[in-house]
Amino acid sequence: MKHKTFFWFVLPSSLAMLLFIFVPIVSVLVQSVYVDHAQVIKEVENCGPFGCTTTTAVDQEATQALQQASPLGRFAGLDTYLDRSHLAIDEVAAAWNRSTGIGDFFDKLVNLPFYKAMSFTLAYTFIVTPLVIIVGFIIAVAVNSATRKIRGPLIFFSLLPMMVTPLVGSLIIFWMVDARGVVGAALQYLAGDPDLSVKASTPLTWVMLMVYGVWHSAPFAFIVYYAGLQTVNNDTLESAMIDGASRWEQIRYVVIPHLLPLTTFIALMQLMDNFRVFEPIVSFSASAHATSLSWAIYNDLGGETRQLSSAAATSVLTILGIAILLTPVLIRTWRDFSRK
Amino acid sequence: MTAQTQRRSAALNVLLISVLVVWMAMAAFPFLWTLWGSFKVEGDFFSKADWFNALKGPLTLEETGSVFTGAGYHGAWIKEAFGLAAINTVIVCIFVVTISLTFGTLGGYALSRSTYRYTFWFLIIALIFRAMPPITLVSGYLPVFFKWNMWGNLSTAIVVLVAINQPFTLWMLHSFFKNIPKDLDESAMVDGCNRFQAFRHVIVPVMWPGVITTGLFSFLLAYNDFAVTAMILSQENQTMVPKIASFLGTTQTKGNVMFAVAAVVSVTAPLFVMIMFFQRQIVSGLTAGAVKG
Repeated sequence: MKHKTFFWFVLPSSLAMLLFIFVPIVSVLVQSVYVDHAQVIKEVENCGPFGCTTTTAVDQEATQALQQASPLGRFAGLDTYLDRSHLAIDEVAAAWNRSTGIGDFFDKLVNLPFYKAMSFTLAYTFIVTPLVIIVGFIIAVAVNSATRKIRGPLIFFSLLPMMVTPLVGSLIIFWMVDARGVVGAALQYLAGDPDLSVKASTPLTWVMLMVYGVWHSAPFAFIVYYAGLQTVNNDTLESAMIDGASRWEQIRYVVIPHLLPLTTFIALMQLMDNFRVFEPIVSFSASAHATSLSWAIYNDLGGETRQLSSAAATSVLTILGIAILLTPVLIRTWRDFSRK
Repeated sequence: MTAQTQRRSAALNVLLISVLVVWMAMAAFPFLWTLWGSFKVEGDFFSKADWFNALKGPLTLEETGSVFTGAGYHGAWIKEAFGLAAINTVIVCIFVVTISLTFGTLGGYALSRSTYRYTFWFLIIALIFRAMPPITLVSGYLPVFFKWNMWGNLSTAIVVLVAINQPFTLWMLHSFFKNIPKDLDESAMVDGCNRFQAFRHVIVPVMWPGVITTGLFSFLLAYNDFAVTAMILSQENQTMVPKIASFLGTTQTKGNVMFAVAAVVSVTAPLFVMIMFFQRQIVSGLTAGAVKG
């Protein structure tokens, strides 16, 4: 295809991505190194019958003028990145000096907002992703062994947890796990503790969020593996059987190698999606026990005062995180492509 | 697969069936439970005394005189104007899907036909954009939208969602167009069509299966989005998902939780119908990227 034709064909979608993805990234980068202007304070003298008092007030005009002169705000360099709600260099150093051991240090670390969000995001990503792959594989094998007639309905119901809106799906789970809900009641019965509340405990909240994550994403791995199982070479399987391979050996040496490329694909998609975990934290109102990077941005942006600089700094750190996470995959894709 | 070639032992059969039963219960039960519970009063759905109340509904009978009540739906749709949010969602979804697909088919087609190296970089950049959590972009949007008075409108949300949708749409349609033989449009060009005419008259008639599959996923993205719509839509223009989230903040008074439950069921119902009709397309869409590499 000629360069010129190519250009016209991709123009609309590149323009959309340029204006609403690329430019905002640049804008976020710029915002993160600026902070709002401090309001200009002036002293006002109030003179009454009992003498004069000086009070301080915000000089609206001067503040306006400052805002006009440099609309981005005051240049702050990396200050926002290093402050308490982000990398918190001072607090980390203090915690390092004062803590008695490495465990104590980490306890102190996860009390800082950014590290709290980071620790949950990473734990979620690296626990949920492998579990999704394993659970999805088991379901795929089980569905594949069922009679053809019932496979349609099985797939239909399996798709539900994934297709339903994440905010809605997590609410449904949350209501059931509530101390007055059906699963909550069952847990209280099993634990023999009538006051057991998942919401109130940090470890249980983490477990619940991760269980939700697996429930939500396992169907994706299932569908991909199920499609892969349909294309397993029957001849190879049969010859393995004639050679005396047991059922387990057939799976181990024929089926799993066949599905390995699919696993890379699932892992890639899941790493991307789990790293942005956000909606369940809102639905479960879990922010006291677990926060994520996306939630931290949302929290900065919402509410009365929109803390744009703070949100921008967290956004940049999140983008860096996802870049580090994806680098191995991108390098591999590049190698594959160069070889072709 | 092995079903025909080898007999399964009884123990293995039991194991497989129990996996299926457990998974089906996990996948389907929460939805059925919530659907059933949405017709009860709060005291039954969230029963302190006995979870069995949610099935039988004694308090519902006592409070409303019938075992089922539509009070939750009445509250959500009439009192809280959930219908307005539903209309907003419909508008957003229709425009996002149409615009994404128009842009995406043009771009995806070009990417599948060009042999130059820059197509690879184009797709890699799209992949990087796809990997970024959409909420990281929001703080980039807000100052500009406020300044130009664009914040809060449905049209702004539509444009943003289209852009966020593009990377995925391009990847999917690109891999789909790759499977349409090049000879088809090239022979049209030999016959004197230019590139666009070849696309218009030869490719467009055969592209619908791929477009429908991609459209389903574009629809899901627009329908399910919370992070972006919650941040850039004003109160009166809210779509359904942020509306539900705003219910949560204000529904501490007794009985109002059921508004949220009813709203949740209302949001899930269209998705049910969609999966029922388009199951095959959804499955093929999910596996397209994987199986073709």
